Amino acid sequence: MKLARVALIWSALAAGVVVPIIAAATSPLLAWRDPVYIAAGFAGIVALGLLLVQPLLMSGYLPELSTHRGRYIHRWIGTLLVVAVVTHVGALWSTSPPDVIDALIFASPTPFSDWGVIAMWAIFATALLAAFRRQLRLRPQRWRIVHTVLAVVIVVGSVVHAILIEGTMETMSKVALCALVIAATLKVIADLRVRAKRSTSR
Amino acid sequence: MTIAPLNRRSLLAAGGSLVAVGASTLLVPARAEGLVPTRSMPGGSNNYRPGAPIVERIGGGGFWMTGTVRRAGDGSPLAGQRIQIWAHTTEGYEPDPKSHGATLTDSNGAFRLEMPQIIPAFGQAHGHLAYDSGEFQTVFLRPVMSSAKNTSLEAHFVLQPV
Repeated sequence: MKLARVALIWSALAAGVVVPIIAAATSPLLAWRDPVYIAAGFAGIVALGLLLVQPLLMSGYLPELSTHRGRYIHRWIGTLLVVAVVTHVGALWSTSPPDVIDALIFASPTPFSDWGVIAMWAIFATALLAAFRRQLRLRPQRWRIVHTVLAVVIVVGSVVHAILIEGTMETMSKVALCALVIAATLKVIADLRVRAKRSTSR
Repeated sequence: MTIAPLNRRSLLAAGGSLVAVGASTLLVPARAEGLVPTRSMPGGSNNYRPGAPIVERIGGGGFWMTGTVRRAGDGSPLAGQRIQIWAHTTEGYEPDPKSHGATLTDSNGAFRLEMPQIIPAFGQAHGHLAYDSGEFQTVFLRPVMSSAKNTSLEAHFVLQPV
């Protein structure tokens, strides 16, 4: 019974990430895109999927995963997220440089670009702070607040960015993944707040 | 004499008619006198290749880009104006030379150029048009399709003499 529960939870998480990728792989738009442009799109979809994994790794809801191990994987997935975003932007740049320049300087005609660029900077900021947390002597409590604020910016920015785009993602799976990302983020933020309060009041 | 009571119903009716009047002014075509020049749209000049050749059609066709060119102020149609068109289509990317072509306006100031189907690129199904011939001020347009399934798109120029 326990094994079934473990398998169910992990396969549900895997499905949440993989189903949108498979759905996007059937997009008719792919026929008119070269490999670099296709890679750009999928790097973005993978990044969105990783945003679902990130909060859950810190939540304690994933069975057979210790808090310590969850944190360790959370850091690696964070690095992977940076790689995915750099790939996304870099590959788009090589496909159409002026469109990416417009986006980066917030002069794009498409509103979703601004949301994506904001999320990108929030991801980079989080990665830098996480990497230099010790050197910056960031206290755990302050780090928690800063990371939570940045996480909210990343999630909101990425979700709005994805929803407004008419691209390779299939609509239903895109909306479902976005809803899961928001739900997971809010739940984990709420849980961690309770946990932090309990530990300070003790 | 009875004074109409100011109740919720009369307020709603008055408000509704005000909105209707306001909306109807938007539907009246712009007066010819004082027709303001079209301003370039953000991102309109992206992947522009100056001097695209005048073509019968771009690639295999199947999609129509249409529009008009008029003079600012009096709104008179401008014949023989060169409009350059490009987009991400089923046959190529925006930067590809083969995705670019130009056409001339007829005596009514209208133009239409057949091109391959435009498909969503960079998150939106959109086309690019340019007036860049020197006689009037340069204008770059970037119209967005209301649906990626559409097989035509239109854009209108009101040009300001240099």
